[in-house]
Amino acid sequence: MSSASSLGATSRRAAARTPSALRESSLVSGTLIVLALGFLLLFLFLPLIAVFVEAFRRGFAAYFEAITEPDALAAMRLTLLIAAIAVPLNVVLGVAGAWAVARFEFRGKSVLVSLIDLPFSVSPVIAGLVYVLLFGAQGYFGPWLRANGVEIIFAVPGIVLATMFVTFPFVARELIPHMETLGSTDEEAALTLGASPWRTFFMVTLPNVKWSLLYGVLLCNARAMGEFGAVAVVSGRIRGVTTTMPLHVEILYNEYMGAAAFAVASLLALLALVTLAAKALLEWRYAEEIAATRHTS
Amino acid sequence: MSKLLARRARRPKAAAARLAAEILATAAAFAIVLFAAFGARAQTQLLNVSYDPTRELYRAVNAAFVAEWRKATGQTLTIRQSHGGSGAQARTVIDGLRADVVTLALSGDIDAIAERAKLLPADWQARLPHNSAPYTSTIVFLVRKGNPKGVRDWGDLARPGVSVITPNPKTSGGARWNYLAAWAWAERHFKDEAKVREYIGAVLRNTPVLDTGARGSTTTFAQRGIGDVFLSWENEAFLALAEFGADKFDIVAPSLSILAEPPVALVDANVDRNGTRKAAQAYLEFLYTPAAQALIAKHHYRPRLPQHAEAADLAKFPKIELVTIDQAFGGWAKAQPTHFGDGGTFDQLYKPGR
Amino acid sequence: MSEARPFRWREPSILPGFGLAFGVLAAGLSVLILIPLAALVLKAASAGPADIVAIATAPRTIAALRLSFGAAFVAALVNAVFGLLIAWVLVRYRFPGRRFVDAAVDLPFALPTAVAGIALTALWAGNGWLGSLAASFGVKVAYTPLGVMIALIFVGLPFVVRSVQPVLADAQRDVEEASALLGATRWRTVFCVILPNVLPALLTGFTLAFARAIGEYGSVIFIAGNVPMVSEIAPLLIVIRLEQFDYAGAAVVGVLMLAASLVLLLLINALQAWSRRRLGYV
Repeated sequence: MSSASSLGATSRRAAARTPSALRESSLVSGTLIVLALGFLLLFLFLPLIAVFVEAFRRGFAAYFEAITEPDALAAMRLTLLIAAIAVPLNVVLGVAGAWAVARFEFRGKSVLVSLIDLPFSVSPVIAGLVYVLLFGAQGYFGPWLRANGVEIIFAVPGIVLATMFVTFPFVARELIPHMETLGSTDEEAALTLGASPWRTFFMVTLPNVKWSLLYGVLLCNARAMGEFGAVAVVSGRIRGVTTTMPLHVEILYNEYMGAAAFAVASLLALLALVTLAAKALLEWRYAEEIAATRHTS
Repeated sequence: MSKLLARRARRPKAAAARLAAEILATAAAFAIVLFAAFGARAQTQLLNVSYDPTRELYRAVNAAFVAEWRKATGQTLTIRQSHGGSGAQARTVIDGLRADVVTLALSGDIDAIAERAKLLPADWQARLPHNSAPYTSTIVFLVRKGNPKGVRDWGDLARPGVSVITPNPKTSGGARWNYLAAWAWAERHFKDEAKVREYIGAVLRNTPVLDTGARGSTTTFAQRGIGDVFLSWENEAFLALAEFGADKFDIVAPSLSILAEPPVALVDANVDRNGTRKAAQAYLEFLYTPAAQALIAKHHYRPRLPQHAEAADLAKFPKIELVTIDQAFGGWAKAQPTHFGDGGTFDQLYKPGR
Repeated sequence: MSEARPFRWREPSILPGFGLAFGVLAAGLSVLILIPLAALVLKAASAGPADIVAIATAPRTIAALRLSFGAAFVAALVNAVFGLLIAWVLVRYRFPGRRFVDAAVDLPFALPTAVAGIALTALWAGNGWLGSLAASFGVKVAYTPLGVMIALIFVGLPFVVRSVQPVLADAQRDVEEASALLGATRWRTVFCVILPNVLPALLTGFTLAFARAIGEYGSVIFIAGNVPMVSEIAPLLIVIRLEQFDYAGAAVVGVLMLAASLVLLLLINALQAWSRRRLGYV
């Protein structure tokens, strides 16, 4: 970022002499800025604004009613519950994965890393489909599950599984590059000084990577709360029981209750904005600690 | 190095305390969320798995039944709803969705549940009056205001340039009624199987979209402005007029249509597992009471016991000659495999893409 | 703590916990991803070779795959061009609100896809703000393949920006200075010095956006219109096959898409390895 400091005295003089050779004319730069901002306005800001405009179309009272209606509240509870189960589990998996991948050399590591990444590029619909094939009443484990009274599909466990599938890579993807950059000298020092392995992990490793961990958790949580495709396939859409907030939005939308759908959607949009703000804050305050991982999100 | 060690040495206690606090806080948050989510589960619940256009109807019926049940037993009942294309809904029940009652678009879908998942006996339809169908409906045409394409009867659907909206008969019950109504008209009109097939093929060539459920088709036609004529449940057509404005669409009654009997049934294996048989049985019987029959007519379904409905609600239904599935097709058990099974007439005649 | 047993295929290390960490990861991967995906492949295989070929080559399957891949490709191209532009503007220029815009680029990562779907539909439908504008030029966006593309541009936008941005920020300005001192015009410096430097990151971003867009479901189904053969995407076809009791059919389309994701994933890894070799960082 500190490009100015890298300018040598000679080149600075040269740049002063031939400004057009090192930067664009203000006409060009102005045009580029306008183009970029115009594109962002069209594809990013207008959809966001539309959510809030549509949400308040029928007035504040209707908005308030839509978000406090029992099915909407149940959807919020379910969404929080799913995130509260899926995110911590994925943190454990992600931290374990990062420890194995970033701290050890072993054969097949690149395959393992690719497997961790796989859910990023698998369609969410497939993430739902696979669990129906496994755990649905007609699926491979279905009859056994039914005989033993275990409900997975069309219930909370199925939604958690589908959510964990799609959010699996988030934590590991943030931790691995950061831990690789840090190297293991701190941990080795602690171990040499007699700290127990767990103590080393909790007192050295975790504090070192806490910001990128938090960053990963933030992204993981946003996706977990907002997942639609995978959850739609395994949910069964029982109102008030297995409808998460995104599904509730879809149901309202299909019932011609546009304003109510956008009201619930606006809560999810707010969640997204909070996530972005927290993310920006993290990036801003701990830039160098997470710089290594930033663009892989 | 010594500085580093000093820093490390100072940190553990504070960090450990903070970590402990964080773990405690997370655990507390967990407990609260879990409690909030499952705390509400103590009361009796019924799950009604239904098809697309009944959302508004059952919202009203459920409220009435919950009040009735509270008066009769003192229990507070919660009735949960799930809606989708009738065939798709049947599949989720077969796949394990624990419906206490199913209220689907046609008996063939409930037969599938009885047959594939053995969740209820095969003779389920004889357990409630009127073929287990407390309300009936039929198929009408919804056209754009003023009927610019001049669609009057089934024959017009096959005309080139008329775009027809119907859901997918593979997933939607309403679409199967559409298909059979067209077939019944064509049989009477052409009196020749080859010509009937030709006609159905021509209609299917005029369909740009096959949504999975009736509600999706309504959205396609009404909101997205695709198509000239929408083969619709009668009740869904009235609902579209109410939702989108009577100035946008007209209802056209064809010369002949089909008597659609959307049946309801108790899912025995599930109610026994959930311990809800009594409430579920009472719920289905409630549908035949005067109060429910009046609600049914209000929500644009044709009540089985019209004497209980208000005259104004009944007056809106156009007089159409209705054939029954038993007369025209020998019942669902025969019609389903012939027309909608793998390799049935629909598979033979539907060739997407031109 | 379970002490790591010395695996033959692992380099020795004084750090503990390999066995535990690897075990936890392997168990998680197996339960969540590998076994379920194996079930998918198994289910697809149960259809028998003749049926698999019939499903895979059915006109509707091919049309859906073509739309998913085609629209994703075009959307990724648009994102490559504008993502590079946005990254450039964010890194090289100072203007009011730059930091805000920088943070906002990640919105598609954070905004649930269903919300994006209904918002884009409201905007681009014939009676929406942008849809009515487009309609006055005789262009229909919502409920056409164009709508699919719009949704895919939205979901893929951050990938290119976030891939290119750090490379642009870290690019050695002295190389540009050298180029300028040697008499190159600014345009020549941009095209012959800066762009080649950014190329691997740009390709990575493009591929990431492409891979994400192929499988996208939530934001597309609202705006697509879902007309078979015209605006029906492959993930929706999977859902429809599933709803028709056609488990094997759904699984076959699923496996086709899965194979495509695997190929793309390998491509992404290769690209990143290439840029690491070339530039010393990703």
